[in-house]
Amino acid sequence: MVKALASARRHRFAPVVLMLFALLAVGGIYAVAAPQAAVADSASQDDVTEGEKLFQANCASCHGPSAEGRTDVAPSLIGVGAASVHFQVSTGRMPMAANAPQAPEKGVQFSTEQTAQLAAYVASLAPGPAIPDGEQVDPALGDAANGMLVFRTNCAMCHNAVGAGGALSEGKYAPSLFNSTPTEIYEAMLTGPQSMPVFNDENITPEAKRDVIAYLMEQRADDSSPGGANLGAIGPVSEGMWVWIIGMGALIGASVWIGAKSS
Amino acid sequence: MSTTTPLAKAAGGTADFFDTRVGAGKMVKEFARKVFPDHWSFLLGEIALYSFVVLLLTGTFLTMFFVPSMTEVHYPEDALPVAMRGVEMSEAFASTLNMSFHVRGGLLMRQIHHWAALLFMASIVTHMMRVFFTGAFRKPRELNWVVGFTILILGLAAGFTGYSLPDDVLSGNGLRITDGVVKSIPVIGSYMSFMIFGGEFPGTEIIPRLFTAHILLVPALILALIAVHLVLIVVHKHTQYPGPGRSNRNVVGYPLFPVYVAKAGGFFFVVFGVLAIMGATLAINSVWAYGPYDPSPVGAGAQPDWYMLFLEGSLRLMPGQPEFVIAGYTISLNVLIPAVVIPGLLFTALAAYPFLEAWVTGDKREHHVLDRPRNVPTRTGVGVAILTAFIILVLAGSNDILATHFNLSINSITWVFRFLFFAGPVIAFIVTKRLCLALQRRDRELVLHGHETGRVVRFASGEYIEVHQPLTDHERWLLVGHEPVRPLEIGPGENERGVARPAYKKAVRRSKLSNFFFADRVEPVTPSELAASHGHGEHEEIESAESNEGLLTNASTRG
Ligand code: HEC
Ligand code: HEC
Ligand code: HEM
Repeated sequence: MVKALASARRHRFAPVVLMLFALLAVGGIYAVAAPQAAVADSASQDDVTEGEKLFQANCASCHGPSAEGRTDVAPSLIGVGAASVHFQVSTGRMPMAANAPQAPEKGVQFSTEQTAQLAAYVASLAPGPAIPDGEQVDPALGDAANGMLVFRTNCAMCHNAVGAGGALSEGKYAPSLFNSTPTEIYEAMLTGPQSMPVFNDENITPEAKRDVIAYLMEQRADDSSPGGANLGAIGPVSEGMWVWIIGMGALIGASVWIGAKSS
Repeated sequence: MSTTTPLAKAAGGTADFFDTRVGAGKMVKEFARKVFPDHWSFLLGEIALYSFVVLLLTGTFLTMFFVPSMTEVHYPEDALPVAMRGVEMSEAFASTLNMSFHVRGGLLMRQIHHWAALLFMASIVTHMMRVFFTGAFRKPRELNWVVGFTILILGLAAGFTGYSLPDDVLSGNGLRITDGVVKSIPVIGSYMSFMIFGGEFPGTEIIPRLFTAHILLVPALILALIAVHLVLIVVHKHTQYPGPGRSNRNVVGYPLFPVYVAKAGGFFFVVFGVLAIMGATLAINSVWAYGPYDPSPVGAGAQPDWYMLFLEGSLRLMPGQPEFVIAGYTISLNVLIPAVVIPGLLFTALAAYPFLEAWVTGDKREHHVLDRPRNVPTRTGVGVAILTAFIILVLAGSNDILATHFNLSINSITWVFRFLFFAGPVIAFIVTKRLCLALQRRDRELVLHGHETGRVVRFASGEYIEVHQPLTDHERWLLVGHEPVRPLEIGPGENERGVARPAYKKAVRRSKLSNFFFADRVEPVTPSELAASHGHGEHEEIESAESNEGLLTNASTRG
């Protein structure tokens, strides 16, 4: 963030950007710091007991009373680890509501504390990937340039070059990553939600994962689009649409006006 | 002024110098006396012209900083953007980054150049639509239609070569597709690909070659053709919309000088201004987001600029199966058909249309008064059908974006478009033609009965009528001025002695086409009908009369 601030200098939209930056900073600090504080030392027995209660009330109907899964309803959660639960619950995917092609994100239903308790319970069933700590996901420690290369080879075919999202087959889609927190990005790679492949630590090392986070955070920096409004960052299709709407729109308007002036 | 200032004297002297040597005076007078009619749609071509001027100006700036080389370099560790530091890339890409982040005004120029390229193509297409739907391509302007069509194709070439220069992932993807398309051409394909790329794709030659084409060859050809285009406009004089006092023999409008020059000059700055604002505020082709080209990664949302999207769409719609191996040679119909055959057919139809229509109508006269699109329903329908095919291909080329933004399944979108590509143009043709005929019928109604006023009058007898206000002469002219075109009649296939007429088959074919064009029609109101409608009172139904004479006959040639 400090690096980003330093390079903010020549920006045209300084006030707007400052506003956005302030909002982002608040959001970022909340998102990164808050869950970590709750998660870091979460493995107490109390949490597990509380988590089990929450699980029985909200998740057991699909995932079974001891998280063993139910055929054709929901998979077993034994061994998925705290990271998977934290990702699924904190992005609002779980508890799953509608039977869509993929579990959609909706309003988050549990507090950070409750999420940590659920995660602790599932983690107590069998070992699995843990929730990453603050240092593992700190974008300031990552190398954005290497992250760009890793992202391009492993992620861009689904999520678009800067993470704007893209279509998969049969109504499935890779979501936009513009609002994912560093922790969620790390967890997504670690656990591979739904159609997304798992990128374990041999595949993409923890350092490279952090580089990817640095690259994705770079896309949100105030100077990530020095050319002006990024038009959704989805490439030539939206550019083409805007040249017709703004360019041709304005000039045909001007033509009509000039034509009308004469007669 | 009575006293001659030194300046005026110098100016006069210079003018005299040119006048006596190259006859400049006569030329200027000739030109300045040219008259241009006024209509907003006549400015569409000017948008294209001015965006081309902007392309030349900004492009020249770009050449000073762009390095057309595929030599591998590492981007400096202390340069912007952060995500590119130390990354291996070609010099072409590195110079594009450097131009965008470290050359003052470089990014602005790049963005104006690219927006101008998109606008250039958009205005050419819109201009072409105007010419098509108003029938401005008819004799004597068929050749100028072909010139304009060639400029369109060269515009595609300019855009394609420019888009490929920065050597980012998208331009590399585009070249990869080009490579595939070239290779799909039977027998010579792979040789041609090796010739274009100077070896196996991507090689190290392609960017310098594209650069020469992009900054020299293609712009020079476009410039030359624009010159021909403009000279032909002056030679033919401008067409005009139908109206009182406008005929195939005159041109009603303002003199080129000073009125038109002032307007056109002002309009140049409007176009430049809009492009400058777009370049300054809307990011376009942020190549650092895609990264340097590397054949392995393909990003979601990898598409060409809009004017090439129809090709992308055509490729995306084509099912993959029709690929055969015959005697060790692969025949890739799955690439050849969508990338070569279908665009080939659509573009040939576009280029040849004026000649086709002239042959069908057998009309050898010159036309300087434009058609109202509704008065030529079949042409308008054909135009909308071709346009529909293009639009469906463009949408198909954006199918992934449609899927994510409208929560649709990409598979069903593709199937719907496969079906629509064939059905859409037919439906568009039928609907457009019906609409045109309906509009013509409404015009007839209006001429015969006048405007409805909403005023209802009751006669002493108790009868109610609504008062209609007759049209003014100006209004009526517009609605009845065109001549009805009827299908060609052909006589019997044999003469009186039972001998078959030569070329009868050809005549039959032509009459069938002519029927297709003109069998459904609504004839303009004739003077006798008009007289009848006034004689018998407003509320009487009048059947279309057989009389052939137009209310206002147009002379067919001009002096
Ligand atoms: C309506 C049924 C339903 C409910 C309720 C539900 N889930 Fe799920 N859950 C699913 C389904 C179905 C999947 C599999 C999604 C997929 O892969 O397409 C899933 C997947 C998951 C996964 C990912 C498993 C993996 O392989 O990584 C986690 C973790 C999870 N659920 C946790 C929870 C928690 C915690 C709750 C309670 C807060 C919950 N779920 C409630 C249906 C449900
Ligand atoms: C095969 C396509 C595919 C690839 C490759 C892929 N993803 Fe995903 N990704 C998905 C899908 C599909 C989802 C949505 C899953 C869901 O909704 O449960 C997703 C979800 C995510 C999310 C969660 C977004 C949110 O809503 O908060 C993140 C973060 C993410 N991916 C990051 C990555 C990164 C980083 C990589 C590369 C290392 C990557 N993905 C590679 C398909 C992919
Ligand atoms: C004829 C119409 C022209 C069209 C349609 C056109 C289109 C384009 C496009 C789409 C690009 C990619 C720009 C980008 O990086 O985003 C480009 C790049 C470029 N054009 Fe043109 N151009 C035209 C004429 C010219 C002319 C006349 C010149 C030079 C005199 C020129 C010089 C360049 C250069 C040097 C680049 C590479 C710079 C870069 O990629 O940043 N262009 N052109």
